[in-house]
Amino acid sequence: MNFDFSDEHKMIRKQAKVMLREHASIERVRGVLDSEAQYDTQLWQQMVELGWPAVAIPEQYGGLGMGQLAQCVIAEQLGASLAPTPFASSSYLATELLLLAGSDTQKQHWLPQLAEGAVIGTVAISDGDTPCVYQDGAISGIKLPVADGMAADFALVRAQEVQAEEAENDELVDSWFVVALAPTLRKTVDTLDPTRSAALIQFESTPAERLGASGQAPGLQSQLFDRAAVLLAFEQLGGAGACLQASVAYSMGRYAFSKPIASFQAIKHKLADVFTAIELLRANAMYGAWALAEDAPDLPLAAATARVAGCQAYTLAAAENIQVHGGNGFTWEFDCHLHYRRAAWLDGLIGGEDVWKHKLVDALKTTEQV
Amino acid sequence: MDFNDTAVQAEFRAEVQEWLAANAQRKQAGEPGKMALSDEAKLADAKQWQGKKAAAGWGAIAWPKVLGGRGGTPMEQVIWRQEVAQYDELDDFFTIGLGMCAPALMAFASNEQKAQYLPRLASGQDVWCQLFSEPSAGSDIAALRTTAKRDGDKWRINGQKVWTSGAHFADYGIVLCRTDPTVPKHKGLTLFFIDMKQPGVDARPIKQADGGGHFSEVFFNDAVVSDDQVLGEIGGGWKGCLTVLMNERLAVGNAQPTGFARFHELSKSLQINGKPAIDDGMVRSHMADWYVRYAGLKHTNNRILTALSKGAMPGPEGSIAKLVAAPMNQAINRYAVQLLGQAGVITDPTLARMQAHYQKEFLFSPGVRLAGGTDEVLRNIIAEQVLQMPQESREDKTVPFNELPTGL
Repeated sequence: MNFDFSDEHKMIRKQAKVMLREHASIERVRGVLDSEAQYDTQLWQQMVELGWPAVAIPEQYGGLGMGQLAQCVIAEQLGASLAPTPFASSSYLATELLLLAGSDTQKQHWLPQLAEGAVIGTVAISDGDTPCVYQDGAISGIKLPVADGMAADFALVRAQEVQAEEAENDELVDSWFVVALAPTLRKTVDTLDPTRSAALIQFESTPAERLGASGQAPGLQSQLFDRAAVLLAFEQLGGAGACLQASVAYSMGRYAFSKPIASFQAIKHKLADVFTAIELLRANAMYGAWALAEDAPDLPLAAATARVAGCQAYTLAAAENIQVHGGNGFTWEFDCHLHYRRAAWLDGLIGGEDVWKHKLVDALKTTEQV
Repeated sequence: MDFNDTAVQAEFRAEVQEWLAANAQRKQAGEPGKMALSDEAKLADAKQWQGKKAAAGWGAIAWPKVLGGRGGTPMEQVIWRQEVAQYDELDDFFTIGLGMCAPALMAFASNEQKAQYLPRLASGQDVWCQLFSEPSAGSDIAALRTTAKRDGDKWRINGQKVWTSGAHFADYGIVLCRTDPTVPKHKGLTLFFIDMKQPGVDARPIKQADGGGHFSEVFFNDAVVSDDQVLGEIGGGWKGCLTVLMNERLAVGNAQPTGFARFHELSKSLQINGKPAIDDGMVRSHMADWYVRYAGLKHTNNRILTALSKGAMPGPEGSIAKLVAAPMNQAINRYAVQLLGQAGVITDPTLARMQAHYQKEFLFSPGVRLAGGTDEVLRNIIAEQVLQMPQESREDKTVPFNELPTGL
């Protein structure tokens, strides 16, 4: 039995923690919160220099080929620090989808640029008022919201494709496309988490190239989200852990009725429950990491379990952190609301608890014996 | 990451498998097996099994060789448990004696006493029990009121213990007594061992709320023990008690029952409105919540085994197991009972689904949330020992025991 990260991965985790302590301090996070900046470009540069965008990209495409376990330990630290960067969109989503569905030419074109930080990618799924339609090599329509859509150089866009051959019944099929974003009209969208950016993107006959086979969008998205769910569970784990740490620290120093509130069972039991939710998340996320790295047949179940545990634990830890901080926790000045916001943002990114509970039980239905 | 044995572990596992295949009876699916025996028959069978194991060197895997054990590692103990779980043997019948009483004897008894008692314990000849809880000392065990008073070179024990597993068939017990009520409560306790068949010791089964009778209450009326039956220092009983309970923490690898696997089966076989329960939205929502906990505990256990496997002490993650499993087991079985509708209330095993498994578990489950640390005590332990939060202010730590309010 060796169900643990290797010493090498633990080393990467430690390096990530040290780097983020300096370059993603809470002052730097608030720098993005209080400005019009889409993300912390200086921090991003630092991440690129450490090779983080290249970690999960195979060497043949200019990456470091270190695999998803290394990405998981980095994700945990990014979550803990609230780092305001487009890493999740570019690495867990755009890079992973290119790896899953890209032609060799597409991989050769995009992955080395992603690895060296020359471009930032994202995925665009949710339609605005006008659904996105692909016809004759171009996409038209509106995507809203697109996570990190202002920061990204290109997006992998899910759109309805008019099937020329079957034009008689006007059948539309659902496919992915690679689209350079420079020619599009974009505007910033306010969201629950101002430390992360989102955009409304309007495509007007914007040139697009198919990614993967026609009509494969739903299946590929499901595979992509299973992979992203594990990585995001590590961000949620980091975030929830940071909330618990903040709750404990505050409760030790805050006195009420002449005692530290940390000595009251009402507070202790609440935080013991948060600890428990976090340990369940940690174990489930670790199993997800193993299933992801090994491409195990039960990845869908492992991913859904990590995802539900992640949404539950981070939401609980963030909400109870505000509660333990009392009135102070409800001020803009205290940092509690930043986690509360980030938890909701991460819920939204690839679908929330209910969607994943259904995926989880679907997988259980075909499981002979748990 | 991998879930495989090391070469040494694989070799040990093969040896265990070979011996069990030749000497134990395999479980038959759907059959209650030896669990259906009467209490007397179970005891006799468990003693025989322990004797057979001991004769072949499997009686006490983690004990030192010199004391009749195998000198094995905690991981080997776990491998044994994993393998024997597939057999219809009452393998954990002597857990309290082997896992809790024996370590106290090893720590505090004289060499002559160790030689006299431990081999008999390891081979199932003697059954030991542990007498800590009292009617007015449960979570606050140090508030116990059973006294031991010095009488020459002897001690006289008076008082009442409760919730003692197997006291009515035990041969010996370790008993925590108050020897000095004039000092603060943790300082006035002493640990003894006692012959359970001697005069002045009266063990009576308790009828539990679920109708079962696994526990006893034990009355001490001038039960006399000699000075050499003191384990550890006089007044040092609390420390001794913690030594015993620490060994309970090491009894890892025993998965806590969650009820999930049986519920998973039910969700696929039970029909609601003409479709399997697992397709029902309400059922699905509960199932997902429970599976997250079930899988989380399973993988947490693998983290613990990883630590043991590397010869390290497991981290704080183990403290969540019972706190998660016990309330979940109660919730799942209560849910299963209501899902069965009017038939859910039937407890006759010949009429109820799964021989009334869900009903029996529903009735037994509240006890699991109390035994071995209540949910509330476990939360305090996590908060104080893992999160390092301070204890509540405690006047009972400094005031002499006989000046404390009791509510009696």
